[in-house]
Amino acid sequence: MSTLNRIFIKFALLLLFVALLIGVISSVAFLYPESFNNWLPFHMLRPMHTSAALFWIICGASGCICYFKNQQYPDDGLVKKLTTIFIVTWIAVIIAAFVNYAMGNFGGREYWEFPPYLNLPLLIGWLAITFLILRGFRKDTPAYEWMWMTGVVFFLITFTEQNLWQLSWFRESYIREVTVQWKANGSMVGAWNQMINGLSVYVLIRISGNEALGTSKKTYFLFFLGLFNLMFNWGHHVYNLPNANWMRGVAYAVSMTEWVILIIIIRGFRKKLDESRKLKHYLSYRFIMAAEFWLFANLFLALLMSIPALNRYTHGTHITVAHAMGTTIGINTMMLLAIIGYIFKANELSERLKKVIAFCIRFNNYSLAVFWLSLIIAGLIKGYIMVNQPDMDFNSLMKPVLPFIEAFAGAGFFVFLSLGIIVVIFLRIKVEKPNH
Amino acid sequence: MYLKEAISLPVDNPYLYQMIPKTWCFLFTLFVFYSTLVYIYSNPETQKTKVPKDVYAGMNIWQQKNCHTCHQLYGLGGYMGPDLTNMASDKTKGPAYMKVFIQYGTNKMPNFHLTETEVDQVIAFLKWVDKSGKTRVSPQSVHWTGTYIIN
Ligand code: HEC
Repeated sequence: MSTLNRIFIKFALLLLFVALLIGVISSVAFLYPESFNNWLPFHMLRPMHTSAALFWIICGASGCICYFKNQQYPDDGLVKKLTTIFIVTWIAVIIAAFVNYAMGNFGGREYWEFPPYLNLPLLIGWLAITFLILRGFRKDTPAYEWMWMTGVVFFLITFTEQNLWQLSWFRESYIREVTVQWKANGSMVGAWNQMINGLSVYVLIRISGNEALGTSKKTYFLFFLGLFNLMFNWGHHVYNLPNANWMRGVAYAVSMTEWVILIIIIRGFRKKLDESRKLKHYLSYRFIMAAEFWLFANLFLALLMSIPALNRYTHGTHITVAHAMGTTIGINTMMLLAIIGYIFKANELSERLKKVIAFCIRFNNYSLAVFWLSLIIAGLIKGYIMVNQPDMDFNSLMKPVLPFIEAFAGAGFFVFLSLGIIVVIFLRIKVEKPNH
Repeated sequence: MYLKEAISLPVDNPYLYQMIPKTWCFLFTLFVFYSTLVYIYSNPETQKTKVPKDVYAGMNIWQQKNCHTCHQLYGLGGYMGPDLTNMASDKTKGPAYMKVFIQYGTNKMPNFHLTETEVDQVIAFLKWVDKSGKTRVSPQSVHWTGTYIIN
């Protein structure tokens, strides 16, 4: 692997560490604002936490795609150049964004709070990886390459869409401005899921030797179902906005197609057990198993939240946070660690370290379960009060909610600990250079 | 049983293979078309008049000071403070009440040391948001199919 690519993947891991660490600090600042407001206020911490998490996922996924693409085209100068342009601009801009955060310069919107002009170099960098992925793309390629391509192209589209607010036409109506913002955000999640799913299919093929997985009808079916949902299932963020009723209808109907995925998971459960017995000695497979558990749990939650009549109780509450963090930590992070573990050959670590990692995966699952359930209970209480006693003042409303936020913060510390240990072990792995 | 086996088979039929890029392009076209519709029709009738300058200024302050990390508009944002969508028209609160919070902060909300004009601009922005709709969906708007019928 090229030095730059290795640095980029390690940079992504470092972002994960930063996201976890600042996440723990933010949760304390959320509970005790009086002690933090003067030196490290929540509105400074939260952007650092969310941006680090977001960039971890995008850099992690794109860094791994760059690695596999460079493996496919070892002697292609253009591929190398495009990889370099992408990696160098992204590392530079992300560092610039954090410097701005530290100096208190904001100006963007949720998740992208840095001064908006920094989006331009990010866009240019992403164009480079888009050209890279389209280079040599064949229509009869296995499903995982379709997923990488789709993820990269749709990230480009949704990232651009996320910046449309800078044109005044979009800001002339607040409802339009918010609808487009959350349309872009919702679809962007679908875009990085495509990249990560493609990578995990690829790695699963490599470790199981089952090439058929890359061209099976089921894989293609799930790919298209995912794409369909990426495109049209973002409306649950904005159900309560007074925009056209058909928008809600389309989002609601499309989101219900995801029950099919839930049924496929349940029906494939026994086969999964057999598979896991065969593959559990691969460290990467253990991450994938954890991801599949969290996929099931979060998909079920998402399906319920996509029904407007239930969304009335969950929207604007911590259930949304449970879903956002449950998916980014439980699914995206676990899958990316599986893929990076494969690339870094974590399976060749000493038995002792492998045991530590396996323990941390299990410990993280338990901590994340407490974390996730606390947020759901906090959200249920808040949602119930908001709907049934809309006139209650804010501080009385939060009183019964706060004990569960405390439980969430406590569990969050253990999530940081268990994932933090894995990140440190991965960062210390010496990845050998290619021998040519 | 047959279906289950068929699904796990590889796509060996050349006809099916051709369908993959075609389906992708079809969905992509649909996406472009749908996005255009959303851009145009997401603006409800209520906001057809020109936006005053101070509203834009207030919107920029809202972003620069990261108010959204603690407050929600239409339920979107952080959860440390209350949702501010319809506070301006709230009979027990309203602009004067909000002004005190924004100007001085509290022990939970930081003081942003905004000038008098800036505070007024933020309030103008929040009043404009308030006019765009209600953040809480009324029980009457919930349709039996589970969706909402608003307006
Ligand atoms: C660090 C989090 C935080 C930030 C950032 C923040 N607020 Fe607040 N805000 C709060 C909290 C918490 C309350 C509830 C205050 C209390 O009860 O002490 C509040 C209350 C308010 C209120 C009064 C609402 C009510 O029902 O009592 C208004 C208006 C307000 N904030 C506006 C703003 C504006 C405008 C900004 C940006 C310039 C902003 N806030 C930034 C945390 C924050």
